[in-house]
Amino acid sequence: MSALRLEGVRKSFGSHEVLRGIDLELDDHEVVCLIGASGSGKSTLLRCVNLLEPLDAGRIVLAGEEITRRGVDVNAVRRRIGIVFQAFNLFPHMTVLRNVTLAPRDVLGLKRAEAEARALELLARFGLEGRRDEYPDRLSGGQQQRVAIVRALAMRPELMLLDEVTSALDPELVAEVLSVIRELAEGGMTMLIATHEMSFARDIASRVCFLDDGSILEEGPPHEIFAHPRQPRTQQFLERIIEAGRL
Amino acid sequence: MASEGDRRSDPEVAERRSRLLGRPGFQAEGARGVAIALLSTAVFVTVVLVAITQSAGWPEVHRTFFDWGDISGSFPEIARAFVLNVKIFLVCEVFILVFALLIAVLRSLPGPVFFPLRALAIIYADLARGIPTILVIALLGFGAPALQLTGVPRSRVFWAGLGLILVYSGYVAEVYRAGIESVHPSQEAAARSLGLSRFRALRRVILPQAIRRVIPPLLNDFIGLQKDTALVGTLGVIEAFNQSQIDTNATFTYGSYLAAAALFVAITIPLARLTDWLIARDRRRRQAAGGFA
Repeated sequence: MSALRLEGVRKSFGSHEVLRGIDLELDDHEVVCLIGASGSGKSTLLRCVNLLEPLDAGRIVLAGEEITRRGVDVNAVRRRIGIVFQAFNLFPHMTVLRNVTLAPRDVLGLKRAEAEARALELLARFGLEGRRDEYPDRLSGGQQQRVAIVRALAMRPELMLLDEVTSALDPELVAEVLSVIRELAEGGMTMLIATHEMSFARDIASRVCFLDDGSILEEGPPHEIFAHPRQPRTQQFLERIIEAGRL
Repeated sequence: MASEGDRRSDPEVAERRSRLLGRPGFQAEGARGVAIALLSTAVFVTVVLVAITQSAGWPEVHRTFFDWGDISGSFPEIARAFVLNVKIFLVCEVFILVFALLIAVLRSLPGPVFFPLRALAIIYADLARGIPTILVIALLGFGAPALQLTGVPRSRVFWAGLGLILVYSGYVAEVYRAGIESVHPSQEAAARSLGLSRFRALRRVILPQAIRRVIPPLLNDFIGLQKDTALVGTLGVIEAFNQSQIDTNATFTYGSYLAAAALFVAITIPLARLTDWLIARDRRRRQAAGGFA
């Protein structure tokens, strides 16, 4: 049984079709990277999986259970899927610790002590134990993004969605966030990652999907996609990336 | 929160801000600035005083308005009546804050299902803000008790208070709504993505940020409400304004109006200064946080 399966997923905003029939399957512990130009539909795809956007057509199946059927408990589904956003989206009026314990306490009903113990363990694992009482605006972008990852992990999700999590960071802060994701991958976390970091995708992904104008044009192991892209559009995209010095 | 200390001690920033925003920046401009301010104030006040006291009607106005015995004589009774204004203000404010929040939340519910509730909230806010307060109070205060329904209060203070609550909730709901809309949608997305229900996301993430941002405009509406408690007097209830009118009718002088005005100002001016202080603190925080919060 696959961890996540998308079948013919379609999504339009007005007259613009952003996703034109996406089929995709992730096995347990698999890390799949979505690459492609801005506007190719990567973010929308992730938001659809988390049910933040309703589908126009198609199905999404999480561990054997269709989550796009009518009457599904969206809050129960989202508990099982963590998502991290490009702009961090931490809650600015809460301390780091409160950001991380909010959902475990409010949604999972954990006792305060239990939720805090779980949060502090995760914060310590990612070098943030000294920041527990800080407010987000006192942290660097890299620290904020690591807190956002910890906030998602505190729900013990079975799947993580990462939406260009390093795109809003200063270049020198990218590495600290990527190393966190690498550690998650090594720990066996199933992840679907939209990214512009091609060398990172090459290192970490078990599979890379190239999205172009709302369709998966080409997919395969990273060494194939990056070294021998078959589709002209993929070749073009990768050439531009290499020109920009990003691979 | 933000390090306000090191911001304030930066004289360059303080000076630039005082010039741009026209705030009294005495610390930055130094002793010379203070001297200029004092001199220009003295000149201005002198000119105004001379103009008033040289006017043709001044002797009459002086007699009817500024009789010190009049003012101080009427003060104790008006002050006793003013206690009712303060009570009305405090009780109404509590209900307004709660009721207006409910209206604002109804109005910000998304989706077609909630259209009737949204429409109702919009109609309510339009009516509450569209009808003169004095009319609402007159309609309720004279109309409702006249129905003689059992179980319905007959007290005019009750109905006038309800009128104030209904009118001011319209304004305060709009203030809340502005606050709710100022919270970026990504905050709700982040909360919902963690599995929080719509209600919990509102309560834990959106409203705390929204309300924090609108405290200064809320206080502005407090000031308006405190003043408008005088409208309750139009129903014949003896509050500060009505009491001063009674005194006026007895003495044929207007010193008692000044006494009543002084009492209102004693409450509204501290509220206004508190509002300014909160706005200034909020601005410092935003600047210290680089506009993020």
